[in-house]
Amino acid sequence: MHPKWYMSGKHQNEILPSNTYRVTILSYGDPIFRCFSHATMRHSSGPPAPREPRWAVVPELRVLVALVCALVFCSAVPSVVAQDWVKTGTGLGVDKVRLAVADFKPSSSDPQNDALLKTFNDTLWNDLDVSGVVELVSKSFYPLQVPGQPVDVNFPAWSAPPPNAAMLAFGSFGVAGGKLTVQGWLYDVKNTASPQVLGKQYTDTPSDDAARVIAHKFADEIILRLGGGIAGIAESKIYFVSDRSGKKEIWVMDYDGSNQRQLTRLGSISLSPRISPDGSRLAFSSLTKTGWEIMMYSVDLNRLVSFPHMGGTNLSPSWSPDGLKLAFSSSRGGSPEIYIADANGANLRSMTANKGPDVSPIWNRKTGAQIAYVSGVTGLPQVYTMETDGTNQQRMTDQGYAVSPSWAPNGQFLVLAWERKYGPGDPGALDLYLMDIASKQWVQLTHDGGRNDSPSWAPDGRHIVFQSSRSGKEEIWMMLADGTKLRQLTFTGRNTQPNWSWK
Amino acid sequence: MKHASKQWFALAVTLGAILALGACSKKAAPPPPPPPPAPPAPTASLSANPSSIQAGQSATLSWQTTNATDVSIDGIGAVQANGSQSVSPTDSTTYHLTAKGTGGSQEATARITVTQLAPPPPPTAAAPTDEDLFSQNIKDVYFDYDKSDIRGDQQSSVLGDVQFLNQHAAISFTVEGHCDERGSTEYNLALGDKRATAVKNALVSAGVGASRIKTISYGKEKPFCSESNEGCWQQNRRGHLVYQK
Repeated sequence: MHPKWYMSGKHQNEILPSNTYRVTILSYGDPIFRCFSHATMRHSSGPPAPREPRWAVVPELRVLVALVCALVFCSAVPSVVAQDWVKTGTGLGVDKVRLAVADFKPSSSDPQNDALLKTFNDTLWNDLDVSGVVELVSKSFYPLQVPGQPVDVNFPAWSAPPPNAAMLAFGSFGVAGGKLTVQGWLYDVKNTASPQVLGKQYTDTPSDDAARVIAHKFADEIILRLGGGIAGIAESKIYFVSDRSGKKEIWVMDYDGSNQRQLTRLGSISLSPRISPDGSRLAFSSLTKTGWEIMMYSVDLNRLVSFPHMGGTNLSPSWSPDGLKLAFSSSRGGSPEIYIADANGANLRSMTANKGPDVSPIWNRKTGAQIAYVSGVTGLPQVYTMETDGTNQQRMTDQGYAVSPSWAPNGQFLVLAWERKYGPGDPGALDLYLMDIASKQWVQLTHDGGRNDSPSWAPDGRHIVFQSSRSGKEEIWMMLADGTKLRQLTFTGRNTQPNWSWK
Repeated sequence: MKHASKQWFALAVTLGAILALGACSKKAAPPPPPPPPAPPAPTASLSANPSSIQAGQSATLSWQTTNATDVSIDGIGAVQANGSQSVSPTDSTTYHLTAKGTGGSQEATARITVTQLAPPPPPTAAAPTDEDLFSQNIKDVYFDYDKSDIRGDQQSSVLGDVQFLNQHAAISFTVEGHCDERGSTEYNLALGDKRATAVKNALVSAGVGASRIKTISYGKEKPFCSESNEGCWQQNRRGHLVYQK
């Protein structure tokens, strides 16, 4: 087990349209990272500190780190505490909302009901479990009588121990007359006077897909309300490269790993899928008869659309947040440099001009005004940032081998793949690091898990998807942005370079 | 009646006398029957033309026999009394003809001398193609980790390549840039591009026409060796020259 390193969160001060749970909810996303301090973050240019023994997680540690964090935050006095093994956390000082999720009750006896209901219950539970914003109450604590309608709710049975839940999600699910109808509620079981936080009804044609989609929609409604107003990601997609057809092609799946399907059938090598902010187009790089070129796939039309061939080796496209421009690496001028072009390939211009290979640009998806990229100009590749006109090039990583930056939705952080202690005889392991761009302070997110690369942020800023060889071969994993809640999403073939949709 | 009997008696005596006389004179000079002629001895001849061939060629065996009922040649079998046949022995051979007849048997021999050729040279050596020469003479260029400059110990490979390529100006080729498995897919593709370009530039600066050279990066997509150790990684960090058909 990894020791935990908690980062401070911030109380949610906004007025939300529900009741007592508000004051206990943490806001995720931006605020959880605000408390990077010298106590908990290592500056990238600081001297290496001796490795300390791993710490077990104890409640006292939470308080200690919270105090140190608060102290530094308020006084700006650097207190250097050497810690090598840390784990970020998101519930510092305040417990997460305890949410009970009762299995939905069948409201009809249609033969299709059982299988679809199982899909629905499993999907809803998983969505809420990986959301990172609630603490799910184990089903073994639930009362025997599970409500299917508001009138069935026995408040004390849920709000008192053993479940001791603050919130209860429940509802009914039935196929009748060729239609699937789902009713779902979220109840604040400690507020018996006005318990309803959410009530929703969904209808669709009955199918496994429909059951999953409805579960995703309902989960996102809950997460929106319990997660500080940040939309859930249950309906987002992950694009990735898979070789399971024999060649590396572009595939897509739901964010939870279900519904995996192949998009391209080029029979060559296709890499680096990048979905446009509106989700309509997918840029990627493919080996053509004339070399590596940027290709464009229309998600709406389910086919390739034209994009001009640039000549040379063209790699790693990246969309500007307005969807109007692409940055990519091209060696059309002799050496691989970062170029920017309009989304149709016109108005091509180079942003860098140095001897090293420059690759893997990623736009600041909050401002659209900066680009992070990888350059080998000084030898081993390092991560840099620059303005989108090529000025103000800043080196972000101080040593080792640093590649594959991904810019957080809040604009403040990069996650990158870094081998800090590169040297002779190096086994080639890479780990993911989170870096605060303004201060260049960082925390390590993955440990001892093979090669971890190609991180991509979820639209909620809470999750990161990446590729890892920790299972023995390259597969796609997701985790919370603090390194917890690791979950493997792919199991067939080799799967790499995941790219999370923008919404 | 008595008179008629005397006449028949006289006739019979006369006839008997004539018969007896005739028979006596015939016995006195019988011609000896001629002896049956002795069966003639068979004759046979066998010749080969030409009598000396090279392996793989053929010669014609010709034979004539007379007075033979049963003619055979060892190794060929029964044949007609007169005839010819084409043979192509792989080794020197003595053909042996036996002609049997009622008058005896006759044998004849003919020898064909076969001279062995030297084994044919392999066709590639006989007429090597440009592609064969390319693969025999061209050496790949190896790189240090994360480097795309041509290191000192690889200069001899480059010089050898230049020498060959300048002697075979018709050959076009591709330089593939390859990398080891460490590091990111994207960075390795960019690095492989630099390596391919570095090899191309070294060749061009030594006089090889740039229009003959294509470059392509494979990054770590097509490794030569798939183990995770330095020996294998070094195999994969290279500029690989490929003949362009």
